[in-house]
Amino acid sequence: MDRFRMIFQYFQSNSESVMNGICGLLALASIKIYTCFDFSCPCLHRYNMAYGLGILFVPPVAFFLCGLILNRQSLVMLDEWRRPQGCRRKDPAVIRYMCSSIMQRAMVAPAVWIVVALLDGKCLICAFSSSVDPEKFPGFTNATAEQAQELLAKVPCKEDELVGSSTSRRAVSRYLRCWSQALGWSILLMLIIAAFLARWLRPCFNQAALLQTRHWSNYIDIEQKIFEETCCEHSRLFAHKCILHFFESMREEIRQHSFDLPKEEEEDLLRGITHQDQVNKLLKTWYYEKPPLDVSQATQRHHLGRERPPPWTGSPHVQSKFPQHTNV
Amino acid sequence: MDKFRMIFQFLQSNQESFMNGICGIMALASAQLYSAFDFNCPCLPRYNLAYGLGVLLVPPLILFLLGFVLNNNVSMLAEEWRRPRGRRGKDGAVLRYMFCSMAQRAMIAPAVWVSVTLLDGKCITCAFCTSLPVGALGNASHPRLSQEEMKRVLARIPCKEIYDGQELVANEVAVRYLRCISQALGWCFMLLMTTLAFLVRSLRPCFTQAAFLKSRYWSHYIDIERKLFDETCTEHARSFAKVCIQQFFQGMSTDMETAHCHLPKKNPTDDGEASEKLLGITDQGTMNTALKSWHRCKPPLHLHPDAPSRGNGWTGEGQFPLKPPPEPPAPRKEMAAYYSRV
Repeated sequence: MDRFRMIFQYFQSNSESVMNGICGLLALASIKIYTCFDFSCPCLHRYNMAYGLGILFVPPVAFFLCGLILNRQSLVMLDEWRRPQGCRRKDPAVIRYMCSSIMQRAMVAPAVWIVVALLDGKCLICAFSSSVDPEKFPGFTNATAEQAQELLAKVPCKEDELVGSSTSRRAVSRYLRCWSQALGWSILLMLIIAAFLARWLRPCFNQAALLQTRHWSNYIDIEQKIFEETCCEHSRLFAHKCILHFFESMREEIRQHSFDLPKEEEEDLLRGITHQDQVNKLLKTWYYEKPPLDVSQATQRHHLGRERPPPWTGSPHVQSKFPQHTNV
Repeated sequence: MDKFRMIFQFLQSNQESFMNGICGIMALASAQLYSAFDFNCPCLPRYNLAYGLGVLLVPPLILFLLGFVLNNNVSMLAEEWRRPRGRRGKDGAVLRYMFCSMAQRAMIAPAVWVSVTLLDGKCITCAFCTSLPVGALGNASHPRLSQEEMKRVLARIPCKEIYDGQELVANEVAVRYLRCISQALGWCFMLLMTTLAFLVRSLRPCFTQAAFLKSRYWSHYIDIERKLFDETCTEHARSFAKVCIQQFFQGMSTDMETAHCHLPKKNPTDDGEASEKLLGITDQGTMNTALKSWHRCKPPLHLHPDAPSRGNGWTGEGQFPLKPPPEPPAPRKEMAAYYSRV
């Protein structure tokens, strides 16, 4: 239990680690989706390239957008970017830092998809089998240009009867797969070198400014979170008070209409409502006439018919009198 | 237990994260449902299109409606929409916000179903096999068939074991072609959905952030207020029931005293608390009478905090009245009855 709680708290405490977690999950999801996806090359001359390159590039775009959507910090960054200046200056360095960190995290899942697709080889074999030079492979030298293209287009389909058992088909397939894997490993190496350089060379350039921007970007993120939590807490307290005052007003009304002497008990959990009719009236009033969103004048509330403007319409009267409840 | 409580508290604390959890579960459920579903193309000319498109489009509609049903906030939205104005104004922006956020969450499971179906390819293969471009894919030297005959042959493409048009169009070629189209549609659909989601999420802070913050606050407020009101009512009902039942037992006890004309024996010294809890009922017969009376003649929903307890079922009143009953004239001795505060 303790270990689980510690892990949970660790992930929750630091928003960066939450985002790293999401980034990792998306990368795993992209690998899983690639392995579950049933790649089936059409093996037709004009369709192969569109299909192969489509599978190589369209899912990464979707994963990139998913990475941006799932990252909470992107909303924080947009909010900071678009807000009016007001009383607080805007620092473009902070916005740039947040933007770059969001983009870096969002690019992990697409990069994983592309690398896995290239290392697997099927996409490139499908896309470029028709573009291979038929002169290089003995099985295709005898055919005319169109026939060669037809045959080459069928290379990715092992079960096709025309080229299924041909050794030239296997040769073309191996050739393209070799290129694909070489490309995949090169891209992987380049990405890792780029990440390595970025991480190691960064302290050499303007470390102080980097510390500042990182601090303030964390600050903005934490401030946003705490604001949301405070609003939730506030609305809970507001609701609690509103309901208590509603019950009080019901009790007052009952007292006015009944001739019993009020029994003041210290801990009156029944709040003076002790009759089925009174309960029904309370519930009906709750539906038909919800109390106004104004808990500051609870003790002076008398007549039920008085209508108050709700604070969310932002009327100047309410704004001036109850500043703590408006402009949320 | 602690772990579950923590997870539960985390999910409950934030209403949005709870809804996200339900949304994720429904998306997984829809993917699982598709893989469990046994797709059986009819392989008949007119039925293929109906079956294929039906499997593609009808379950998403069901999942969308289910997303609304499983969302607790639907009743809250309906209540807020239909309630009379009363003393509190209604804000259209809050209602729109609530509806939009519910609709967005409800659309995830259908989108997952449509994506998985298109990427799998069976539905489109089944639905559009009769529209295959035979001229481009087929064998040009094959003798031409009539339209009806062609459709009949092509309709059997999804069913490999009964396909008899291998000379016309090879089955593998046709299936690969249709599947390629289906998967392209699937990926385009996924890209479209993610682009839309991205635009919706990122354009909002650029334009209407202040109004959004307001709507979000008040929609959370309405939800919290409803929950707190329910909790307060439950607490009230508990106290009401407790007092009602205590008064019932006191009534029984008083009736027993009246019937047997003796004061209840009280042991103030030893187990005073225990004997108080017995509420004056100390033998089997009295207990049976109390139970019978509780069943036959429940006490009225009317608590009397400062009046002496009166009989409840001993006089055989019958059904409890919906309106406050007039005081039943009880021809009994005035007694200084023991009154216990609850």
